[in-house]
Amino acid sequence: MGLMTITSPHAHGPRKTANLMRVVVIATLPGLFALTWFFGWGNLINVIWCSTVALLAESAILLIRKRPVSFYLGDYSALVTGVLLGLALPPLAPWWVSVVAVGFAIIVAKHLYGGMGYNPFNPAMVGFALVLISFPVAMTTSWAAPTHLLDNPMSFLDTLSTIFGFSTQSIDAFTMATPLDVYKHEISHSVAEDVVKNPVFGQFIAHGWEWVNIAFLAGGLFLMKKGVFTWHTPISMLFALALMSLIFGWDADQTTPPLLHLFAGATMLGAFFIATDPVTSAVSPQGKLIYGAGIGILTYVIRTYGSYPDAIAFSVLLMNFAAPLIDVYTQPRTYGYAKAKRGTKEAE
Amino acid sequence: MSIILSAILTLLALAIVFGAILGFAAIKFKVEGNPIVDEIDNLLPQTQCGQCGFPGCRPYAEAIANGEEINKCPPGGEVTIQSLADLLDVEATPLDAEHGEEKGKQVAVIREDECIGCTKCIQACPVDAILGAAKQMHTVIADECTGCDLCVEPCPVDCIDMVLVPEDIKSWTWENPGNQPQIAGNIIATDKAPEVAV
Amino acid sequence: MKQIWDFHGGIHPKENKEQSNQDGISDAGIPPRLILPLQQHIGHRAEPVVSVGDKVLKGQLIAKAVGAISVAVHAPTSGSVTAIEDHPVPHASGMTDLCVLIETDGKDSWCERTPCEDYSTLSKDELLSRIRNAGIAGMGGAGFPTAIKLHPPRQDKVNTLILNGAECEPYITSDDRLMRERASEVILGLEIMAYILQPGECLIGVEDNKPEAIAALREAAKETQVEVVTIPTKYPSGGEKQLIKILTGSEVPHGRIPADIGVMCQNVATAAAVYRAIRFGEPLISRVTTMTGDCIANKGNQNVLIGTPIDWLLEQNGYLNQKGSRLVMGGPMMGFTLHDTKLPVVKTTNCLLAATNKELTPPQPAQACIRCGMCSEVCPAELLPQQLYWFAKGQEFEKAEHHNLFDCIECGACSYVCPSTIPLVQYYRYAKGEIKQIKADQEKSNQARERFEFRQERIEREKAEKEAKRKARAEAAAKAQAAKKEAAAAKGTAASSPTEGSTANDKAAAIQAALQRVEAKKQAQTAPEVTLESLQKKLLSAEDKLSKMENAWKDAVENNPERAEKLATAVESSKTNVAKLNAQISEMNKGTGQAGGSEPQAPVGPSIEELQKNVDKAKSKLQLMLDTLEDAKLNHPDRVEKLERAITKNHTRVSHAETALSEATNAKKTTESTESNG
Repeated sequence: MGLMTITSPHAHGPRKTANLMRVVVIATLPGLFALTWFFGWGNLINVIWCSTVALLAESAILLIRKRPVSFYLGDYSALVTGVLLGLALPPLAPWWVSVVAVGFAIIVAKHLYGGMGYNPFNPAMVGFALVLISFPVAMTTSWAAPTHLLDNPMSFLDTLSTIFGFSTQSIDAFTMATPLDVYKHEISHSVAEDVVKNPVFGQFIAHGWEWVNIAFLAGGLFLMKKGVFTWHTPISMLFALALMSLIFGWDADQTTPPLLHLFAGATMLGAFFIATDPVTSAVSPQGKLIYGAGIGILTYVIRTYGSYPDAIAFSVLLMNFAAPLIDVYTQPRTYGYAKAKRGTKEAE
Repeated sequence: MSIILSAILTLLALAIVFGAILGFAAIKFKVEGNPIVDEIDNLLPQTQCGQCGFPGCRPYAEAIANGEEINKCPPGGEVTIQSLADLLDVEATPLDAEHGEEKGKQVAVIREDECIGCTKCIQACPVDAILGAAKQMHTVIADECTGCDLCVEPCPVDCIDMVLVPEDIKSWTWENPGNQPQIAGNIIATDKAPEVAV
Repeated sequence: MKQIWDFHGGIHPKENKEQSNQDGISDAGIPPRLILPLQQHIGHRAEPVVSVGDKVLKGQLIAKAVGAISVAVHAPTSGSVTAIEDHPVPHASGMTDLCVLIETDGKDSWCERTPCEDYSTLSKDELLSRIRNAGIAGMGGAGFPTAIKLHPPRQDKVNTLILNGAECEPYITSDDRLMRERASEVILGLEIMAYILQPGECLIGVEDNKPEAIAALREAAKETQVEVVTIPTKYPSGGEKQLIKILTGSEVPHGRIPADIGVMCQNVATAAAVYRAIRFGEPLISRVTTMTGDCIANKGNQNVLIGTPIDWLLEQNGYLNQKGSRLVMGGPMMGFTLHDTKLPVVKTTNCLLAATNKELTPPQPAQACIRCGMCSEVCPAELLPQQLYWFAKGQEFEKAEHHNLFDCIECGACSYVCPSTIPLVQYYRYAKGEIKQIKADQEKSNQARERFEFRQERIEREKAEKEAKRKARAEAAAKAQAAKKEAAAAKGTAASSPTEGSTANDKAAAIQAALQRVEAKKQAQTAPEVTLESLQKKLLSAEDKLSKMENAWKDAVENNPERAEKLATAVESSKTNVAKLNAQISEMNKGTGQAGGSEPQAPVGPSIEELQKNVDKAKSKLQLMLDTLEDAKLNHPDRVEKLERAITKNHTRVSHAETALSEATNAKKTTESTESNG
């Protein structure tokens, strides 16, 4: 047997991309559990359905591109995209919305750009934004009402048949606008005190949503501890969002208050699971701070002044555009240099 | 009527203003000489071999600047063609075989016991890389030799060989890992890449 | 307690040191055959001073250092030289290099040594030359000649002398055992270096996973100024730049050497070797090498003679070659795989790692980079490895350089943590090699262009000169013709004595022609100013080139010692060039200054004449020799051969003289002078 001639280092750490992706999927479980607990079976079904579609789409495109399918499925990146979309889409979104979102995410946003690692935009968010713009009705009226507010919550089978279109009964009885949506619309002709009487806000901040967000926060902190990503992007994003809403939204009678911004909607999911996608974000610590802050600020701006109630997808996509530019201006200082090289010019 | 007039006037004013700016810029940022020729010349390998049909690299560079084909330089080979194509933003064409084939890096070596000292090669060498005097044995300064093989033809006793410069332990460098099959790092590098079994 | 600092990044790979650090250093013995590469260090290859068949003694010089950056090679034991030939050497390329092969006789008899009881009786220069002659090169891995390092350029004052005992690579324990068992040698070696450099403080940095070594060193350093500093275990704390950061808090600026900030780093094994070289006069002929990995039955450290074949060494220690497929020289992080086991141990071989596939898993196929950023988190040079990877892969070398590719120390931390198992380090090595190649090619093509343009210019000039000469001659001829005619007319009128008259006329014409020639010559040389100007221009460009070269040399000394050698000679020649030009200018100034136009030939005449004389002398001597040869052929056949040799020698001398002459004439544009002579 000949001797292997390979380059150093010969030792390798235990971490593998597949492990990373698996850990990310595991870290979404608390959030998924909370979603199912408070909003019924919709999200669970969505997650499974989206994952299946994602894996199928990935296999199909890999076959077309003549790539080894099992090798690339093994990195679990398609699974992550599917799971994240399943979590982000409204619980009762029709099955075809999920298919369009996932298919577009995997095939167009990821593989037409060269596959994993080459995509400039977060695939899950591209898919999400596509369906949000294309099917606004399905995307705004499919939010399940908290099961605790319903006398007769949907059973698993009911949910399944609703999503897959076999059910003839109207889903209106089981849906409800999201807290962010409600507050934004109500506050224009009311005061905070009255608005929060709406049962959708529940006891604390927003019925169910606060626990969902805390669950995602917990999952995110777990990932941070595992070293899957650094603190820079999520913390800077949350900080920027909080700061913006403190400065411009201190008057709860005028605009959505900070706590609602942080603990309703997809804030924590976005901060810890979407903004941290390494492929499409800035690379240096300083760059990540800017990138995260940009997402936070844009989220506040779009939520407050835009026509969409939530804005994580758009903010992330907009900052994806900016990431390469941020990278150019945030090179870290290398050992032995007095200053960092910034921009494209030579500097000492 | 007045709309048309105002439109014309506006456009006229714009034209004058921008014209002035352009004129000013043309004077202020005037480029001395013809830098494109220098840049092209920089990319050529400077063997001065004349295989392109021009008497040296600079004349060829000037010709390229005037629209000559970029694929006539065998010593530079594909790499030079590629970089010229990048510089001039034109399509990279394969090397024109009429002018020769791309060979590795070469150096001329005189078989010294056969040399009769005619100085013909010395006169032919475009970079003065051959040493010697009349009736004395000549030798090639290997470090200065560009491998143009212009000295081979005039030698009356055919004592000059062009030999490939071998890679030795000092000139060895690491291979591009993307080209190594055992490291399947290039599986998805491009869709044109051949399939790699994993 | 001394304050210590932290460096960015770093990793904690599994140490795996306990397999080999349990037992003491044993002796590997004398193998039947030794293979001694002449290049075991950075810089110029040593030149053999023995020939095949020679008997050599232990410690005898077999190859001497050549050039500024080089070290000698010595016979590790007594025996006879069997060959001096290309042999595979331990190098990542697996290529061959010149080696001296010695068949050992087992007697192990020493040559004469020059021990020294008290190093302080020797001068610094003497110490440095002894270290150089002892063939000591950095034993930590890079193999930079120690004597050069101990003699920092620009007389940088070294304030902190650091001994590197970090040994941060997994598996390697040779320094650990050395520090434990030969702590006093290490300390004494450090003191010799300190005597040479006179630093303000001497530190030894040792990772805290070697408590025994730290204790031993502290014990040995009790009475001295040396401070043993415990540093936290983190790879790559043993990197020179990282260790300097840890111990001094300051960074070596980009493109500079540690001596520029008053710091110097030496390996502990080097210190011990320096001590033995000075105290006992023993050259570097053996070293401590760790043999480890699950393919070796008897793991541990051995004192191995330089040149010992690795296959023999492995055999001695129970090599289970069926179990492994990888043999690494050095550690698992920065070592390189050997292509073969028939290679020798060299001065930088601190470890031989014969690992099973279980210990060091074969490389996995690389997946796509997901820019997770773990590489930049662990990069001790604070680079962005993922960006460098993109640039290297896409062959965007300029961008890679802009992202400080050349500050990468190739420690392998990035590849170690990469979840996509991308061979990052190899990409950087590839890119570095390509960039260097591109730069060298560019330099060469610039040089070729310069030479080509110079030649074109010269041809033009020669043509112009010829043209001018031709014109002058034509004019002279016309004048002579006219004079002749005149004379003929005069003859016609006088018609007194035809023979006398014609001779007179001829004379007149000849004089006329001569005058013409002188005129032409004067004209050719009237422009001393022009030449002066051009000389000054040349001087300027030469000076410019010199300073550029010096910069390049300085740079190279730090980064590329192999080139430094070459550059040093180039700088020298450049210097002499400048000096020559200066002399010429001053001479020319003098010439124009005092003599003015009266003696235009003065500044150039003598040297040309001298050269001409040389040529004549050599030629006449050659003639003489040829005559003697003829004579000898008839009368002294025994002398013929010698004479023939002498004659060929003389031939070259003549040609040298002639070329020198023609060069001189070319340079000074006085082709006419030769013409008038001939």
